[in-house]
Amino acid sequence: MFSFKRKLQLACAVLALVAASCPAATDATESKLANGLRVIVKPDRRAPVAVMLLLYKVGSVDEVNGVTGVAHVLEHMMFKGTAGTPVGEYSRLIASAGGRDNAYTSNDLTGYFASLGKSQLELALRLEADRMANLTLSPEEFTKEIRVVMEERRLRTDDRPRSLVYEQMMATALTAHPYRRPIIGWMNDLENMRVEDLREFYQRWYAPNNATLVVVGDVVPAEVLALAGKYFGGIPARDLPARKPQDEPAQLGVKRVTVKAPAELPYVLMAFRAPPLRDPERDTEPYALEMLAAVLDGSQAARLNRTLVRKERIASSADAGYDGIARGPGFFYLSATPTPGKTAAEVEAGLRREMAKIIEHGVTQDELERAKAQAVAQHVYERDSMLVQARQIASLEAADISHRTLDVQLQKLREVTSEQVREVARKYFRDDALTIATLDPQPLAGVKRKPPPPGLKHVQ
Amino acid sequence: MFNRLIAPALAAALAATAGPASALLPIQYWQTAGGARVYFVENHDLPMLDLSVEFPAGAGYDRPAKAGAASMTQRLLRAGADKMTEEDVEQRLADVGAQLGGRFDNDRAGLSLRTLSSARERQQALDVFARVLRAPDFPRAVLEREKVRLIGSLKEADIRPETIVSRTFYRMAYGDHPYALRDSGEVETVKALTREDLVQFHRRHYVARYAVVALIGDVTRAEAEAIAEQVTGGLPKSSAEEPVLPPVKGLASGATRSIPHHAAQAHIVIGAPGISRTDPDYIALFVGNFVLGGGGFVSRIMEEVRSKRGLAYSAASYFYPLQREGPFVISMQTRRDQATQALEVAQATLAEFVKSGPSEEELAAAKRNIVNGFPLRIDSNRKIHEYLATIGFYRLPLTYLDDFVRNVQSVTAAEIRDAFQRRIRPDRMVTVVVGGEPAKAAGAGAR
Repeated sequence: MFSFKRKLQLACAVLALVAASCPAATDATESKLANGLRVIVKPDRRAPVAVMLLLYKVGSVDEVNGVTGVAHVLEHMMFKGTAGTPVGEYSRLIASAGGRDNAYTSNDLTGYFASLGKSQLELALRLEADRMANLTLSPEEFTKEIRVVMEERRLRTDDRPRSLVYEQMMATALTAHPYRRPIIGWMNDLENMRVEDLREFYQRWYAPNNATLVVVGDVVPAEVLALAGKYFGGIPARDLPARKPQDEPAQLGVKRVTVKAPAELPYVLMAFRAPPLRDPERDTEPYALEMLAAVLDGSQAARLNRTLVRKERIASSADAGYDGIARGPGFFYLSATPTPGKTAAEVEAGLRREMAKIIEHGVTQDELERAKAQAVAQHVYERDSMLVQARQIASLEAADISHRTLDVQLQKLREVTSEQVREVARKYFRDDALTIATLDPQPLAGVKRKPPPPGLKHVQ
Repeated sequence: MFNRLIAPALAAALAATAGPASALLPIQYWQTAGGARVYFVENHDLPMLDLSVEFPAGAGYDRPAKAGAASMTQRLLRAGADKMTEEDVEQRLADVGAQLGGRFDNDRAGLSLRTLSSARERQQALDVFARVLRAPDFPRAVLEREKVRLIGSLKEADIRPETIVSRTFYRMAYGDHPYALRDSGEVETVKALTREDLVQFHRRHYVARYAVVALIGDVTRAEAEAIAEQVTGGLPKSSAEEPVLPPVKGLASGATRSIPHHAAQAHIVIGAPGISRTDPDYIALFVGNFVLGGGGFVSRIMEEVRSKRGLAYSAASYFYPLQREGPFVISMQTRRDQATQALEVAQATLAEFVKSGPSEEELAAAKRNIVNGFPLRIDSNRKIHEYLATIGFYRLPLTYLDDFVRNVQSVTAAEIRDAFQRRIRPDRMVTVVVGGEPAKAAGAGAR
């Protein structure tokens, strides 16, 4: 699913304020091979395992109209064999080594990862380097795999009303920026995709100088670097296409979209354009927005649950989140499901009342301290998983934020004042920055099922 | 994010034999003064503590007319207790960054806590935790509010194909056994719940003597002992026998049900009651299932349904072992006009596997994965905590993880085939298809 709550990552050094020490994980080291491949290694000796994550700085944001979804389809095809490794062999070798592998595609990045016993890391690096340079992309395998991806779209979007709401919200909120297109792609583009589209995308973006290798685990950085050099070092760097900013033009007024789909309860999703983190040292607003999200929905004690769900009882659930780690535009989300008998308009009004309260009265010192305490604790908890640590580094790096700024980020978060929180609420909770998507539940009876018409209209 | 695969929860592998103290995981075991069983792993790597207290209080202990009482009891523990209001509970936890969670399944119910181990944070979190377990108020007003919320979500779920397929399967496979009951109850039974139902359920099931405490993290043995006393000390006392679940009747014959639905994909489940946590065939079936449909991309079902034919995004089989025989399930989703084809492929794959078992090569590969990958099963506090809670609840030996590795290494292809032939009868499966359409003539290319 889409994560509305991509948290800013917090750091270890400042934790000394609440916790006695910061053991287990040590600082990450960073190097670069001659061909441009960046290598980030974060030793964590809690268990004799290692997580390898190779991220390519290419995602759905780099697609063009007509081939939406190609970054994700290519991710699937990366498991379908190379010149020297037959179809299915990648998964067989990793499995035999006791490993688990998977991959993911987001707006900003495509990531391939494997968790293994530390002695098996070399195998994962060898296979990863092989498919960076030697992918087969056979038409026969593509013909089958594109059907799998269409099943994935049916499962995760077409048959899920709230996914459709999110998809339509993004397509409405943005006019020019490619975040408006769904990561999985429009069905019609999937139906018309050709293996040549993948090959072109692969040749354009899958180069060592567009990739970062992240390893977290019971490893020695110098040894990982040597292995990276051994397997990736011979792959030549390539000229990468210029990335155009595709800045979104100014929004001129509130946008609304309705999604009719079979469901029982309505659902309202409000998305405000808000600045993402760009300069961890100098920015202030992204940290205030993060604290705003935490005050509204950082825990069961936070405002939306307390007010809309428990006190007023107009919402069955209510959520807030700030997506501030992104190469493209950032968003602040509010969403709610009305309790049975209440309407979408009533929960929208409830969310707006909560916004107005913060604009008018700000947040209390207690609320802010609570939000900060949770952020600090969350940071400790996240270190329980090596994969989570690797994926955090990857998300930051794909958004051009160095993982080295983690300490700074935590410090800045702790410096946020209640006046700053009020100020960002005042500045960004505006109708001219807002898109509202509403699920209009349709009864099951009489739903016609035929192949969806192409493109945007398949939602009706 | 779109993942290449969302893996179905791999059933944690558990098997029971006697043996010496564990070499893989230094589990400390003792009982509290009140008789609760405590399982502890001391680990100071991270300044945090994970804790749970669980009881035989899952949905299996519901009565049909009051289905949902077990779930609502667990859900309302945090809604106010021991002079703390609901808001007090939530604020005190949030103030110290603690996370209160819980488990609710067919067998087990309880609460879990993740907190920083530093003194102020830990003490405040544990104080709230102990009080909500021990003296919940079950306020009437909150009960009414939660009934409304739950009924809304039940109605929403009831039109979803994945819910319909699952509910239908459980009813057909388990008949009048309580495992057939829906975890959270039905709309009508939830409406009927009263505060008194919850009070009684808590008194009968959240008993000190039945409690299983699992802890891992940054505390000493002495501190862990004090914590275990603190979180179980004031629990209800009872001299009654620990509640038991009735035995599961096997299926005398197979049954198939097809339910129309508008969704783009048909949802398909094939299955039957399978095995209990302490089943002697557990290892053979677990390893065999890795080859059949539990091993992700290297499993036969994934190979046949997805990789060879592109019929589904997710296709898998699993055993879900419970106190009594939990289900064996094959599940997948496919475009509605491919349902018949996908079903035939899955059935043929199952029949062939039961008939012939795994090849020696497949078995060796499965063992390599499970044995070599063992460190990944215990590489975080969260994962270890899960094992502690399971070992404790099902009274598995402390050496269970060591036994597991050893038993996986020694199981043979003949034993796996034999176990599947005795336990999995392809002609006695419950099959449910929600939303399928007959395949077009000659459209299905499956065997």
